[in-house]
Parts: sequence; C-alpha cells; structure tokens
Amino acid sequence: MAINLNHSEVPTRENRLGSITGYQGTIKDLVGQAACGSLRNKERCFSQASACSSGCAQGQLSRIVDAAVVNHGPVGCAADTVGGNTVNKWGQHIRGWEHKNIRLINTNMVEEDTVFGAVTKLREAVQEAYKRFKPKAIFITTSCVSGIIGEDIQSVIEELQAEIPVPIGSVNCEGFRSKIWATGFDAAFHAVLTTLVKPPVRKSNTVNVINFNGSARKQITEMLAQFALEPVFLLPYSSVEQLTRLSEAVATVSICGTLGSYIGNALEQEYGVPYVKTLQPHGLAGMNSWLRGLGAVIGKEAAVEKYIRQQEERIAPELAIIRSQLQGYKAVVGMGPSFGQNYIRTLRELGIDVIWGSTWHFDPQHDNGSCPASAQYLFAGEDNLPVSVADQQNFEVINLLNRLQPDLYVARHGGTTVWATKLGIPSIMINDEYTAYGYQGLIDFGYRIVDALTNRSLAKNLAARVKLPYTDWWLRQDSFAFLEEASQ
Amino acid sequence: MAQYVEQIRHVCSLGALQSVLAIERAVPILHAGPGCGQKLWGALGLQNGCQGSGYVGGHSVPCTNIGEKEVIFGGNERLRDIIANSLKVLDADLFVVVTGCVADIVGDDVGEATRRFQEQGQPVVYAETGGFKGTNLFGHELVLDAIIDQYLPPAANVQPGLVNIWSVVPYHDAFWLGNLTELERLVSELGLTPNVIFGPGKGMEALYKVPQAQWNLLVSPWVGLKNVRHLAEKFNTPYLHYPVLPIGPTETANFLRTIGEYAGVAGKRVERVISRHEAEYYYYIERSADVLLETRLLPRRFVTIADSFYSLGVSRFLINDLGLLPELQYITDGVPEEYQGDITAQFQHFTDGITAKVVFTNDGGAAHADIRQIKFRGRPLIIGSAWDKVLAEELNGYQLSVSMPVSDRLALDRAYVGYQGGLRLAEDIYSLVLADFQ
Repeated sequence: MAINLNHSEVPTRENRLGSITGYQGTIKDLVGQAACGSLRNKERCFSQASACSSGCAQGQLSRIVDAAVVNHGPVGCAADTVGGNTVNKWGQHIRGWEHKNIRLINTNMVEEDTVFGAVTKLREAVQEAYKRFKPKAIFITTSCVSGIIGEDIQSVIEELQAEIPVPIGSVNCEGFRSKIWATGFDAAFHAVLTTLVKPPVRKSNTVNVINFNGSARKQITEMLAQFALEPVFLLPYSSVEQLTRLSEAVATVSICGTLGSYIGNALEQEYGVPYVKTLQPHGLAGMNSWLRGLGAVIGKEAAVEKYIRQQEERIAPELAIIRSQLQGYKAVVGMGPSFGQNYIRTLRELGIDVIWGSTWHFDPQHDNGSCPASAQYLFAGEDNLPVSVADQQNFEVINLLNRLQPDLYVARHGGTTVWATKLGIPSIMINDEYTAYGYQGLIDFGYRIVDALTNRSLAKNLAARVKLPYTDWWLRQDSFAFLEEASQ
Repeated sequence: MAQYVEQIRHVCSLGALQSVLAIERAVPILHAGPGCGQKLWGALGLQNGCQGSGYVGGHSVPCTNIGEKEVIFGGNERLRDIIANSLKVLDADLFVVVTGCVADIVGDDVGEATRRFQEQGQPVVYAETGGFKGTNLFGHELVLDAIIDQYLPPAANVQPGLVNIWSVVPYHDAFWLGNLTELERLVSELGLTPNVIFGPGKGMEALYKVPQAQWNLLVSPWVGLKNVRHLAEKFNTPYLHYPVLPIGPTETANFLRTIGEYAGVAGKRVERVISRHEAEYYYYIERSADVLLETRLLPRRFVTIADSFYSLGVSRFLINDLGLLPELQYITDGVPEEYQGDITAQFQHFTDGITAKVVFTNDGGAAHADIRQIKFRGRPLIIGSAWDKVLAEELNGYQLSVSMPVSDRLALDRAYVGYQGGLRLAEDIYSLVLADFQ
C-alpha cells in the first residue's frame, strides 16, 4: 500500500503492513508466511503492560530543538516526558550543548472534558505553547481520551493557523489504536512530512540519518566525509529548518528499520530521495550492506568497496580474539524487530550461538512493500532459528529463559534485562542504538559481552536471593500457553 | 490545577498502581491502554530515584492493553480473562484492579467483574482510577479506600498502643521507604506500636492490623485525609492529622510532643527522646558549623518547587533550623482547593515571625517563568525536581531534587524525615555547594 500524505492520519502498522504481536515458530516459517501473505496475528488471554504509540511519537517530536508539542490528554499521557527529558539531556550532554528542558504542554484533561470536550483548552494550550517557547513548529499529539470523545483537532489547527505563523501538525497516536508502539514513530514522521517537509529547491550533499540519540554522529560524519557527504541526524536534535529540507538529501539511511520505514520510503516515494533498505549497520555484514546500499545510491561503489576492505582488515585480528573467547556461548535476543533481527546476526558474527529470537512485533513488510532485509537475511541462513513475537510480554520471556537457560540475554527497551538477571542470566541492555555500529562498534560490543560474562556476581547474587513473581505452575507451562489460535 | 501543564510533577490517578506495588505481594491489574503502565511507571519509578520494577512492577504488571476491539465492544470479557489468568500466573496475596481512562469512558463494569472473583473468595479488589479523574495522589486515596472497603476485615478488638501511620505516597516520593521507616522509628521511641502497610516485610499482615489500631496518624498536608476519615467512619478509629512532614529538630520535636500529648505518653518520656536526638543532631551541626557559616557560597535565599510534603517540610527546616530565608514557595502536587487555605496558613508560622508566600500550581513552566523575575541577591537554592536543574543553571543557583521527578538521583533508604532526615538534607545541600566549585 502506497504512503498517502493527503490523509491527516497514518494507518496503524497492523492495518498498513499486516504487522503482528503474537506468534511462535521459526524464522523460516515466519518470513515464509509473510512472503505468501498467510501470516495472522495471535492474541493472548493473559498480558502485561506493554507500551503505546504516543510515547514513541512524543519521544521523537519533543526533541526537535526548536519545535513544541502540545499533548491533548489527561496529565498521565505526558508521564513519558520525564524520561524523555532525561534522555534529551543525555543527548545535549554528549553534544556539549547547554541543557534545556523539552518543550511540551499537556492539556490536563479532566472529567468534565470527557463529557463536554476540550477544544477550547487545546486552542489555548497551543497559543500558550507558542507564547512560551516561540517554536518554529507545533505538534499536537492526541490521546485515548481525545480520540474516543472525537475531538476535532483539524478544525482547531485550521483556526489557529490564522493567528499562529508557524506550522501546526496533528499527530494521531491514541494508545488503544495499535498494539505496536512503532505506529507512533510513523505518526510523528507523518506529521513532519505533511507539515514541515517542502519539495526540494536544490539538491544538497546531505544524507538523512534516521536515529534516536546519535551517539555515533562523529564516526558517521567522518565516514560520510570520505564520500563528500554530510549527515543530518533526525528527529531528535534536528531543527525545523533542517526538517523542511529533508527532500533535498542525496539519500536516507536509518539505524533502525522499524523506525525508518515510513519516513524513508515516504521521502523516496514523494521526492525521489533514495532510501537505503539494506541491513542496518550493526556488525560486519550490516555495515557492509548499508555502505554498499549507500554507495550504489551515490554511485561510489568502488570507493565503498575500498573502505570496507580497509576496515575489515583493520579489525580482523581483534575480532579473531573476541570470537575465540565467545565461541560456544548461547544467547537469547529480545528487542524490537529490526534491532532483534540485526543483533541476532551481529551476535553470530562474534561467535555466539543465538538460540532464540524474541521480537516485540513483526513487520511482514515495510512501507516499500518488501519484507525487511534483516528478516530476509535470517530467512536465507542455513539454520532455522526458533523465534517468537510478543509485545514485550515478560511472562513469556521469563518462562522461556528459565527453560532455555542461555549464557546471555541481549535486550532492548527499559525494564527487560532485570528479569533475566534475576534468573541468574547475565544481560546486556542495548540502550544506545549505535551499540555494535560498524567495524569498531562490533569490537567494542564484543569486549562488552566478554566483560558481562567475566563477572556474573550481580546476576548470581540476585538470582540466589530474589524470588520471581511467577507461580511454579506458570514456570512449568509451555512459554506460549496463553497464545490463542489466530483469528481470520 | 492548572489549565495546562508543562514539566509534569505528578501523574494521573492511575499512577496509584504504584501504591499497590508498595504493598508487599500485592499486584495491580491494569484495565487500561497498552502505554499507561509504561508511562506511569517510568515517571513515578524508573525516573524517580531509580525505583525500578521490584517484585512485580514495570512491564510485569498485568494489563488488558485495551485496543480498538475493547473500545467498540467493551472490555469486560477481556478483563475477566486477565484477572483469572493473573491469579494463576502470579504469585501474590492481593490483586487490585485499577482502571484507565478508556475503561472508565466506555463504561466497563469493573465492579461486576471483580465481584465474581470476590464471591469465589479470591483476593481481588478494584478502584476506578481513570486518569482524567485527578492526580496520582488522588488515585492513591481511591486505591486505599478500595482496599479498606473491599478487603479489610473488621477488628475483633482494638490493640492498645497500635498506631497506623499514613504519610508520604510511595513511589511518588522517591524517599518514601526511608521516610516511613523513620516515622515508624520515632513513633516507636514514644512507646507506641507503629503499623505501616507499605514496604518490605509488611504486606497482608500489616494490612489486617489496620482495623485493630487504636488510632491513625496522618503525617501529610492533605493526601490521606480522605482515608483516615473513612477509617474513622468504618472502624471507628480516631485520627490525628499532623500536616507537616517533620524534617529537622524543631519540627520533629513539635511532632513528637503533639503525638505524645494525643496518645497520652508521659511528657518526661517525650522530652527524653527529644533531648537525646537533639544532642546527637547538634553534635554534627556544631562540628560542621564553621564551614556552613564561613563558606562564601552559603545560599541565603531559597525557593521550593515541590509537592506539598516537601515544600512545607523543607521550608520549615531551612528556616527554623538552618537560618535560611524563603522566597516564593511553589506547591506542585495539584492540591484540591479545599485544602489550599490550611496549607497556606502553615507557611505563616516560621520562627521569628518569618512568613513565606505560597503559589499552588502544577504547571512547572509557569513557576519557572515567575522565578526568573525574582531578583536574587546571591546564589539561590532551588529545592525541587529534576526539571529545575535547567532553571538553576540559568539563575546560577544551587539545585537539589527531592520532589517527583527525581530522575537525577539514586534513592535507596535515604530519609529526609526526623532528626536523621535533617542531617541528610543538610549534607545533601552543602555537598552540592562545596562540589559546585571544586
């Protein structure tokens, strides 16, 4: 389904891509079913708190340096801004920037607003946001409440645009609409695409780099400089001015296939900016694939091949040492689908035997209509990895880890690694999206794993003294006992 | 409550899920959208003194993860499934169903769903905590009332000397456990038997004892008044409302004397306790006074941008004990109007006729805008939350986070209550001052 930027709302991943949150099987079956369109989601009759679109949307938009966000909902819907602000400060810190708080106002919807509506409040909050922050753009994020009572956000925007001279966009990210929180990324990018991005005036030498915090921007800047290119990192820490000119870029790349799918493909479809749809640049195969994809787009294949050779040769001796140290260790991976698929491959490059892959959702296709390259790569591999899909359902993961007893659990998303650690399994949290980025990143990641396996005292001590919240009954059940049959 | 809120310093009613988690072996079951748990836990837990998942918090909390289907067709059936399976999967003693906005708006009959389990003798209670109803502090009161009504058995008899202590709100106060432990210690030093339901080692046993108490002690500007009044109606238990979080020697002595008088503890005994603590407290203050007095960086003026517990408690300490002077004090916990007058009055009684002006607002952005207008002579001390670090940098002030969100500190067993708490606060403030230029 082509991306439609004429609509104010982006369809959910479930509706747009056929994405799922419930599955158990193997990578060959999963990707095979995705290819022939037979993949169906399975529901669960027990579930634990997961996450929603609005957190992802606000996390991206509230960190554009000169934009403001107005969150139309009860105050709890802005609770994620506390963590958002902490992360934002970390990003400012690593850039050597002065600290600033994120600029978000919540409309504090109360009981009477659920009956009478609160568009007046919303209007005043947007006016206040403009007054307080003097932003160059304002994004209105919706909530379950504003969605259910049917607040007419578009009319408010139309009225306000007569008096407020900066673009105002609506971001439809009601939590109940999608089980896949990445839908919130799409909603944020949709708003950026529909309210900020302008057709190109001239072509520039920039590459749009879709990412989260950008810790590797120095390495990326240096790498791209070799090809006479400059990165623009987004959305966090970008400016409205930079975002209006995304269409002028030479190409778009993304550190995460899940994150980049919508905006990357939209920029390609609307403005002909090629989106590099390769593996993500984690580990050797990922980096090589990413660079080759970029090289093909910019017509510098030979230069890229030379760069790849140099880098591979440079790290070969250290990689051999790490591989010898990690050979035979067994790991389970639990992450979002793009990171999960990319890190399974990366861990294998380090000599680790990945015995299970759990991803927080699965996209049978991205917005270009093809199955993600990282999934296809695993599908084409020799072995048939057991995999499961769950919206971060801890009870399944813990049951599984308890049964499999891996040497290592590698996860992404807050509040996951602690549970494996309580089982005595050393765990690594991939906080930074550039962990294992490229050649040097692979080496650094390898040493980090060696360290995690060298001193396991915290995991051992916790496991010996802390009780898990699960009944013995549950731990004896099949990990996927609560996965129901797929409905049509 | 402000019409709109920048820099949130409390969350919504459903945040009370964290109060359930503070009761050992109690589990909240969320009938809510998929993101509510993560957002609320993130703000009140993970980003507030590094209070993480614990036994069954964070992403382990059962949740119906309401989707479009439940919005259209209702979520009763799903809720029943999740409750039934929570009972099988989780090893716990009490399950508290708490609802989010969506469940409350679509009108799911959560009471009916819960009663089915209660009738089977299952320890399940419910509270309708839809986020639009109020703050997490309001939600905390709803959850406690629900437990009082639906779970506590009436007492066969009253246990003399047994006092339930209700005070700071778990998780919302990053230092709740230290504070509650210190309150317990102070009360027990008067020869009374304290009973606190929150924290490790308490759980159901402490809950069952609640109706047996001789009286309830509420140490809080306003949160919990509803609950102690409810306990008075339901179990006939009288209560003492002490409206200030006692921090430091002056307030703590007043606190101990007030309790002693109320509970009929011999005056001499109370005074002995006070003297012993004061001697210890002033030993340390005497020893450090040279530096406190002689450092050129000693802040003289302070503002608080904090919940009513800390705004009032810290002001009392800094003014009455440490000799600082108040600028505006911002109270950020969405205090209902009915309580604002009494709290304002509490800021009129400091030593030597000193008074402080109080502003009630949960809009941190508005507070910051005001504070920027104050002409500080010297570097101000800003006692607030992590949001205020940026303001302090701007104003060249000293800043300490004590009130939610305390995302810039690790809080384990630190208490700010009592004599020990006063010492900790003095340590924390002056360590900031000293570390600032070294």
